[in-house]
This record gives sequence, C-alpha cells and structure tokens, in this order.
Amino acid sequence: MHVEEKMTVETWPAAPEKQTLEAKNKFLGFWLFLGGETVLFASLFATYLALKDSVPRSDMPLAKDLFEIPLVFAMTMILLTSSLTSVYAMYHMKNFSFKKMQVWLGITVVLGLAFLGLEIYEFNHYVHEFGHTFTSSAFGSAFYTLVGFHGAHVAFGLLWITTLIIRNSKRGLNLYNAPKYYVASLYWHFIDVVWVFIFTVVYLMGMVG
Amino acid sequence: MSTNAQKRGFGATLWDYLTTVDHKKIAHLYLIAGGLFFLIGGLEALFIRIQLLKPNNDFVSAGLFNELLTMHGTTMIFLAAMPLVFAFMNAVMPLQIGARDVAFPFLNSLGFWLFLFGGLFLNLSWFLDAAPNAGWTSYASLSIAQTGHGIDFYALGLQIAGLGTLIGGINFLVTIINMRAPGMTYMRMPMFTWTTFVVSALILFAFPPLTVGLFLMTFDRMFGANFFDAAMGGNTIIWEHFFWIFGHPEVYILILPAFGIFSEIFAIFSRKRLFGYSSMVFATVLIGFLGFMVWAHHMFTTGLGPIANSIFAVATMAIAVPTGIKIFNWLFTMWGGSIRFTTPMLWAVAFIPSFLMGGVTGVMLGSAAQDYQYHDTYFVVAHFHYVIVGGVVFALFAGAHLYWPKMFGTMLNEVLGKITFVLFFVGFHMTFFIQHFLGLWGMPRRVFTYLPGQGFETSNVVSSIGAFLMAAGVIVLLINVIITSVKNEKVGNDPWGDGRTLEWALSSPPPYYNFKQLPLVRGLDAYWIEKMEGKKGMTPAEPLGDIHMPNNSFIPFLISLGLFIAAFGAMYHGDEGNTWGIPVLIFGLLFTIGSMFVRSIKDDHGYHIPKEELIDDNDKGVKA
Ligand code: HEM
Ligand SMILES: [Cu+2]
Repeated sequence: MHVEEKMTVETWPAAPEKQTLEAKNKFLGFWLFLGGETVLFASLFATYLALKDSVPRSDMPLAKDLFEIPLVFAMTMILLTSSLTSVYAMYHMKNFSFKKMQVWLGITVVLGLAFLGLEIYEFNHYVHEFGHTFTSSAFGSAFYTLVGFHGAHVAFGLLWITTLIIRNSKRGLNLYNAPKYYVASLYWHFIDVVWVFIFTVVYLMGMVG
Repeated sequence: MSTNAQKRGFGATLWDYLTTVDHKKIAHLYLIAGGLFFLIGGLEALFIRIQLLKPNNDFVSAGLFNELLTMHGTTMIFLAAMPLVFAFMNAVMPLQIGARDVAFPFLNSLGFWLFLFGGLFLNLSWFLDAAPNAGWTSYASLSIAQTGHGIDFYALGLQIAGLGTLIGGINFLVTIINMRAPGMTYMRMPMFTWTTFVVSALILFAFPPLTVGLFLMTFDRMFGANFFDAAMGGNTIIWEHFFWIFGHPEVYILILPAFGIFSEIFAIFSRKRLFGYSSMVFATVLIGFLGFMVWAHHMFTTGLGPIANSIFAVATMAIAVPTGIKIFNWLFTMWGGSIRFTTPMLWAVAFIPSFLMGGVTGVMLGSAAQDYQYHDTYFVVAHFHYVIVGGVVFALFAGAHLYWPKMFGTMLNEVLGKITFVLFFVGFHMTFFIQHFLGLWGMPRRVFTYLPGQGFETSNVVSSIGAFLMAAGVIVLLINVIITSVKNEKVGNDPWGDGRTLEWALSSPPPYYNFKQLPLVRGLDAYWIEKMEGKKGMTPAEPLGDIHMPNNSFIPFLISLGLFIAAFGAMYHGDEGNTWGIPVLIFGLLFTIGSMFVRSIKDDHGYHIPKEELIDDNDKGVKA
C-alpha cells in the first residue's frame, strides 16, 4: 500500500494508523516515548511530594491555604472533555470522515486553550494573592515545575494539533497523515492522564493537608 | 554511492555527513566525535596523574585540578564511552538483524547532533568563564554554591546531550522490535543486538530522572528556584537520588554493550557457538532489571538509615550472580574451541580477569558497613576504573579492531594492534591496581595533592607511569589508524574468516541500502549456518524489488543548533547587567521549534531505488 494513494471509504483500512512500516514504527516509538515521559513526570511528582509545604517561614502559604477546588475541578472537567472530543476525532478518522475529524479536533484545541487560560489565571492568582512564586520557597519551585511542565506539554500539544489541522485541511486523509493524527491524540490522552494524577496528588491531597 | 563518495570533493562529503540519515555514516560520526572526546578526556587524565606524581606538587592549582577531574569524568562517561558505544550499535546492530536501516533515520541523526552540540557546549567552558568543578556527580550541596558558570555548562550541556541519547534509545528499541529480517526471532538475535536492546530500554527509563535532576539544577542556578537550597526549604539529597537513579543504570548502559561485543568475539575466535546463549540473554535482562534497584549503594554514607542500606546492599550483591553466569559462559565458550589470538580476542581474554577484579571490589563496596571505610577513597576509584576501563574501554578497543573492516572496508594492522594491547593492558593495571591499596591506606579521592611521609609517594609514581603507558598504547592505535587509512587495502565480506552473524555476509562496508534482498534467517549465527552448508551467502527471503530509502536532511543539525544557542541565553541571562540573555534563550527555542515545525509540515516520503539499478550493481560486483 502506498502512502500517498488517494483513499476512499471502501479502501480505507480498519487501522489506518499502522498500515505502513513507517507508521508501525511511529506508533511503537511513540508509546515508548510516553513510557519515558511517564518516568519524567514520576520524577517531578516525587520532587513535589518531597518538597510539598516546605517553606522557609511559617507565615508563607501552604497547599491547604492555596488551592480551591471549584477552579481546578473546572479545569479537570475541561481537560477530560477534551480527551473525549479527541476520541471522537479518532473515531471519525477510522471512518474516513475527514471533516468531522477536523471539527472534533478543533473543539479539542478550544478546550485545551480554555484549560491553559484557567491555569494562567490560577498561577497569577497564587502569585498576586499569596506571594506564592517560583522563587519564594522550595514548595513554590516544586509546585510550578510540576504543574508548569504539564502546562508546557498542553501548550506543545495545542501547537502540534493545530499544525496538523491546518497543514492537512486541503488534502484530506491518507495513510501518510493518519498516523500523525493518531499519535497526536495519544499524546493528548497522556497529558490528560498526567493531569488526573496532578489533580489527585497536588490538589485533592493538598486540600486534606 | 560509497564509491561515488571518494570522487566527490571535500565540500560535498562534508555536506553529506551533515545531512546523512544513514546509520553507517552516523556510526562514523559517533566514532570520530567520541574518539576526539576520548582523547580530550585522556589528556585531562594525564594532567591529573602528573599533578599527583609527587607530594605537594604545583603542576596545576587546586581549582584547576577540580576542573580537570570533573571534566575528565564527565567527558569520559557522557562524551566518549556513550557515543563510542553508540557508534558500534549504529554500525552493527541493523546489519545483525537484517534491516535496511533503523526505524527512525531522521531521529538517529538528530540524536547525534544533539550529543555533539551538548558536548561542544560543555567543552567550551574551558574557554569561556570556567569549567565545571564539582565532580562528574556534581552533588548539589557543592555545585549550587559554586560561583561562575562552570556548573551551568555542566547542567545545560548534559541536558542537550542526554536528550540525544534518549532519542537514540527509542530508535534502537523500535528498530529491534519492528525491523528484524524474516526468521530473526528474538532468541536468534546475536548477543550484541540483545544487549543493545536491553540497554536501550535502560536508557529510556534511566535518562528521564537525569533530565529532571538537570532541570532542577538549571532552575536553581539560573532561574532562582530553591530545590536544593535548604534555607528556602529545599533538599540537596533529591539531586543525589536522581543522579544515582540515573547513574547506576548508566554504568550498566555502558557495560552491557561491552558484554555484547565480547560475546561476539569469544564465539568468533573460538570458532564455537556462544556457550549458554539463552542463559546469556536471561542474565542480560536480569542485570538490566536489577540495575534499577541498587542506586542507593552510592549513598550508603548519606544517612538513609540501616534498613535502606541493608536492602540496597543485598540488592547490590545480587547483581553479582547474573554477572557470574556470564563470566562462566564466556569461559565455556573458549573451552574446547579452536582459539585464534587476534587483537580483538586478546582484549576479550584480558577483559575477564580485569573486569572480574572490578566485580569483586564492587561486592566489597556493596557491603554497606565496609563501604563506610572505602567510600571516597582511591579504593572506589580503583573499583570503577577496573569495571569501566577493564570492561567498557577494553570492549571499545576490541570492537574498534573487530568492526573496523565492516565500518571502513580495511583491516587495522594486527601487529600494531597487539602492541597497543600490551601497552594499554600493562599501563592499565599499573595505574589502577595500586590505587586499591592507596585507598585502603587512606588516600582520599578528588583531592589535588597529598603530603609527604604518608607512604603514598611510590605508589603514586607507579600509578602515573602506568597512565603514560596507556597513553602510548592509544598513540600506537592512532598511528595504526593513519597507516591503515593511507594504505586502504580493501577487504572482502568476512575478513576475519570466522564471522557468524549477518553483518559478515555483507560487503565491507555494506552498500548504503545494506541488503539488496532481505535475508532468510534460519537460526542463531545465521551466516555461520549457511557457511557450514557450503553456501556463499544468505538465502534471500524476498524477490528483488524496489528499495525504499529515507531522504537526507539538514534539519536535525538545525534543531540541535537552536538548543545550543538557547543554552547560552539561559546561562548568561542572570549576569549583572545582561540584556541579551532572555532574547537569545527565546530565539534559540523558537529556532528549534521552528525547525521541528518545518519538518512536520514538509512531507518527506523518501525515495525508491528502482529494481533495475540494483541488478546493475550486482553485475558490477561480479565483474570486479
Ligand atoms: C558486581 C557488580 C558491581 C557492584 C556490586 C558495584 C558496587 C559499587 C558500589 C557499592 C559503589 C559505591 C562505592 C562508594 O562510592 O563508596 C560503586 C561505585 C561505582 N561503580 Fe560499581 N559496582 C559494580 C559494577 C560496576 C560496573 C559494571 C560499573 C561500570 C561499568 C561500575 C561503575 C561504578 C562507578 C562509576 C562508581 C563510582 C561512582 C562515583 O562515586 O564517582 N560498577 N560500585
Ligand atoms: Cu552503582
């Protein structure tokens, strides 16, 4: 099967993301990359847990003073929903409905942007209301590094998915770009899973002290 | 293509290497770059040994000594041993599994350029400001307090180089999983491929902790964070954990490929199948797994408490078991074989007792209570040089002689090879054997001098003389390389005559597409099996057809260059009155992301070598 071949609904295979050797390699390589990313975030979580509430002065804010559930709960729901919309997009990719896929990915991007916006608001809030900054304490450094790394991953994912949407808008699906869409959606799910852990370990566990 | 290269001018060849995605050429690049860093690291070692030649010496200042020591360790591990190991993996592994290329040729090249720019950045520290001076381990308690930019060079340079290594690891994993030739099952893979496989998995899981550790250090030193600043609630032990969670697997990342190379050599030059192949595979996997469980044996004296120390002591000693299995398998491979003492085989035979001694001192160090005595003395220096030089460096020398014809099409001179071996072998034991005793007598490591009258004088002289013998051995090797390249006598497919694995079924060097037709693998030592049945080469597993090849690309160079530029911005932005730091940082990062963007939007389908052209090649081969 040639990658540039024009496909139709009839000829479109069930697993368009791994038809060619290049695609299979990409698929596996990306999973392995996510394995490495898991260790990266595990290390950041470990750092955070080691330095949580570690502040130089007793008048500085701790986790339980900072976090408010409504905001992060909203962020969590937005990001979880964006994962769902990216699943819809992949569903349409498998059915060769290019337009619908693009639309769902567009919605994913919008949700991702909303998440990032709220995160920026959140950080801003901590900095200005509490003086909790990257440099104010080890706790601050660990918090912003962990959550910020995640945020940077979200931003990168948004750039990536947007690039794919625009780059392919005129030419539809083929076996060359299907794997690209697929791994981008895998990446997006991964970001989501990491956030679930952040929500639990940083925010929920932070609330209970 | 390979014949064309000789006719083309220097510029064209240079451009070819700057853009190449061919694993065999990337192997050349790794070999040359790694070799150069090896010479630089060796020079630093000689300066260290000259300084320690006599008590109260003032050949170098205390400060410069610390820089030399730090750069020697860092260079040797990250910029010499790692890339040299990668050179052989790139040169040989795809051939051994019967693949036309690696899974991600583009990323392969990216990995190399990241490593090179990281290494350049680190070494530029000699000319700008100051070199890193807190040891290759760069413990945060010390490194955070260092003034100047030395440690920044360390943190940023290793970050860039480490990224390249990680990419290389993923590439090799996918290559081995997805691109094996028909019939090449996992349990038919040559030992070197197996060790590459396990090592790549170790890289994948061991490098991210280093990445994080280096980020934390970068943030602390350059962006005002407080991870390691106890006064601000930080904790310097975090660095020690990350460094060793990476660092111990790292030493296995180095030694396992060495085991792989020696396994090939023992089988080839004993003209016998590797003894206990499946137990070798098992031992390799087990070592890889246990390698992650023992990092705290480097921190026995940190004060983690008796329970943690005991657990890590037991786990540490457990690794000696699979290592012992391997030693016995190598001995039994030689047992009853018809042995030829070629240069690679000499290194292999010498490796066994040398490495074994390092293993024995390792077990001694692994006993936590004893380690309180040995820690931070020359005993530890002796231990790790016995395993790293007696294991890894011996393997690199052996591999260079063994695979030189496969990489460059011409044989290194055997007489000079043996002279190198004798000089280096004798020099090595002279330098490091006595250091065990220096350590036991109480000489601390990493101190720039010692006082007279403590009984250290003679031993240090012996040690330093040994270092010069090793240097002489390396110089003979360089002469050998030059003579061989000038003579350039081409050799055939199987110049050692006893090649067992697929790479020896190909011409030396192989054509740029490796296999015209993928070979059919019928068992372990695939080529040997065919030879035993009187066949000239491998049976093809497919009809002759078009071959799909990847395009060359300059983008990997550009992506790496961007990070190199960004690193300067990050480093200098905090200096008094600096205004260009942040803009340069942002520019560099955008440059990298922009290059990635171009890569993403420009379709790259590669090209096809038409069938007809391949038939042509074949005819030429017959005529010549
Ligand atoms: C039987 C196997 C081994 C055991 C039980 C072992 C054990 C140890 C222990 C306990 C230490 C810490 C000593 C101290 O700092 O007080 C150590 C240091 C070291 N080992 Fe090993 N080791 C083994 C094999 C290896 C191998 C195969 C390599 C490398 C190829 C290696 C490289 C090193 C290095 C580089 C250090 C020193 C790190 C430093 O502090 O700068 N070891 N080893
Ligand atoms: Cu260790």
